[in-house]
Amino acid sequence: MGRYVARRLLQMIPVFIGSTFIIFMMMYALPGDPIRALWGERAPDHAQMAAMREELGLNDHILKQYWDYLLGLLQGDFGTQIRSRREVTEVIGDALPATLRLTVMAFSIIVVVGIGLGLVAGLRAGRKTDTAILFVTLLLISLPVFVIGYLYQTYPGQQWGWITPVVQDSENWGDLLLPALALASLSLAYVARLTRSSIVENRRADYMRTAKAKGLTRTRAVRVHLLRNSLIPVVTFLGVNLGELMTGAIVTEGIFNIHGIGRLVYSALNEREGATVVGVVSFVIVVYLVVALIVDLLYAVLDPRIRYA
Amino acid sequence: MSIEMTKAETPGVPLLEVRDLHVEFRTREGAAKAVNGVSYSVDAGETLAVLGESGSGKSVTAQTIMGILDTPPGRVTGGQILYRGEDLLTLPEEARRRVRGDKIAMIFQDALSALNPVLTVGNQLGEMFRVHRGFSRKAAKAKAVELMDRVRIPAAKERVNDYPHQFSGGMRQRIMIAMALALEPDVIIADEPTTALDVTVQAQVMDLLAELQRDFHMGLILITHDLGVVADVADKIAVMYAGRIVENAPVHELYKRPAHPYTRGLLDSIPRLDHKGKELYAIKGLPPSLTAIPSGCAFNPRCAMAQDICRTDVPAQVDVTERDGSPLGGRSSACHFWKETIHG
Repeated sequence: MGRYVARRLLQMIPVFIGSTFIIFMMMYALPGDPIRALWGERAPDHAQMAAMREELGLNDHILKQYWDYLLGLLQGDFGTQIRSRREVTEVIGDALPATLRLTVMAFSIIVVVGIGLGLVAGLRAGRKTDTAILFVTLLLISLPVFVIGYLYQTYPGQQWGWITPVVQDSENWGDLLLPALALASLSLAYVARLTRSSIVENRRADYMRTAKAKGLTRTRAVRVHLLRNSLIPVVTFLGVNLGELMTGAIVTEGIFNIHGIGRLVYSALNEREGATVVGVVSFVIVVYLVVALIVDLLYAVLDPRIRYA
Repeated sequence: MSIEMTKAETPGVPLLEVRDLHVEFRTREGAAKAVNGVSYSVDAGETLAVLGESGSGKSVTAQTIMGILDTPPGRVTGGQILYRGEDLLTLPEEARRRVRGDKIAMIFQDALSALNPVLTVGNQLGEMFRVHRGFSRKAAKAKAVELMDRVRIPAAKERVNDYPHQFSGGMRQRIMIAMALALEPDVIIADEPTTALDVTVQAQVMDLLAELQRDFHMGLILITHDLGVVADVADKIAVMYAGRIVENAPVHELYKRPAHPYTRGLLDSIPRLDHKGKELYAIKGLPPSLTAIPSGCAFNPRCAMAQDICRTDVPAQVDVTERDGSPLGGRSSACHFWKETIHG
């Protein structure tokens, strides 16, 4: 177990270097110039531009730039945002709480509603409830998040006035409900379908017949025996999904005006802020890798047949 | 008279009796008649072996007794299952649930798939006490260790926290037996308990089961297709074919003098040392499809003795007697020509 974790942590190093390198190169390959962008529509001051380039090391060879960046990362230096001259770590720190709250809320919705719907559909497989749930999940899967986002914003938000359509205060959980629902929709549908098929497969298993023969109540047989076995594949999906939620909120954060990680990446991309983009993405990669490791370890708790070697 | 109250045996009433049971399955080809009027009974301390090929309805009958048949597609279309004289089929589900595992328990064929892979064996054994007796987690675990000792699993105290996949096949089946035995039920139904095991382990597990049955004075219904297993432990045998019982007999009588051509076919197809080098006997043809059981005697297309009457009239279960008409205790056959079969 300890050796497994150590090996997994070591494996993260090449993954991390490889992915930051790719992002770095892609940013370099993009048309546009972050220094020129500072002047916007105005005529730039060429002397000042040249000075800034020199100072930021933008005149160095691209590989040298990457090397310097990597050395900086090792010392916890994620680079500097060109426009504001602030540390990228600080910029991330500002954007992170909103994204974390949104992720936690969306993830809770996915787990509770997704597994709940899947369980109900699976236990009623082939009946009307099942068909209805399958239809709704199909609808959610078919609609892109920007459509769902605007639908939520328009109907419960503006037309019916149940809830604030735009997030004014990202520390207010009530404000975050609509964006969390929008963000959760797709994964919720996947989780529901995955849970359903897993339940359908397992409810006819021999150990369920044994559970019945033991004289267990149906509730206990489902809760103790069926659910535990059925959730193993669902947990894998949820783990990968948690990483995606943190990064995939670009559109949702845009629609609902949340100043989180997604917004940050989006605006940094527009402004060709290479350092910010690479910094944020590197951070997200670390989060993703750590979450994936935790999920793999959790797997063994759920399924004792899995051995780590 | 509630089931909990009647612990004492009532004379004249069998412990468990199946009466004229009919079970069907809905399939695309129409109703599959899996059980067509099965009757048998078992008393405390008695072992009834139910013998038959796959699809003969022996397991479906057992599942119906337990009340664990999947309905739908299964459906009980007639008959009674009397436990101490009370018909289980008419009991409400909650009352039936309380009988399961507590009064009548079942042992399944493949312990690896019948045990829950993600729970410890101690947890699964203890569950019986937690659900039926309201034991605490700790007390239930102590009981689990006790049970594992009882079925002679070495180092029970340490192994109680292991998972099913960490045990050998024989040990897993012992755990299944322990689970069925947990609440000291009156009847245990063992559905091919040794089929999935190595031959060397089969005898050990069977001996253990027979020993426990004697100690606890339980009724045992042993479902099998293995004639070898039956000979040592059973008191009486019911042979099933296409959802019917074709012959009833005390175990040694059946081996000596079968009174049904199907039983004789089964006995003849056992490989024997003194027949070495000769071709192995096999009953010709295949068991019928349950959606299209032949008219008359279901065995007639495969029977060498079949006459016209076998194709038209369903043979009734009749008492088998000696040539001179003197009774043979506990023997019956559903063959028009049982006399010719038994007396040659």
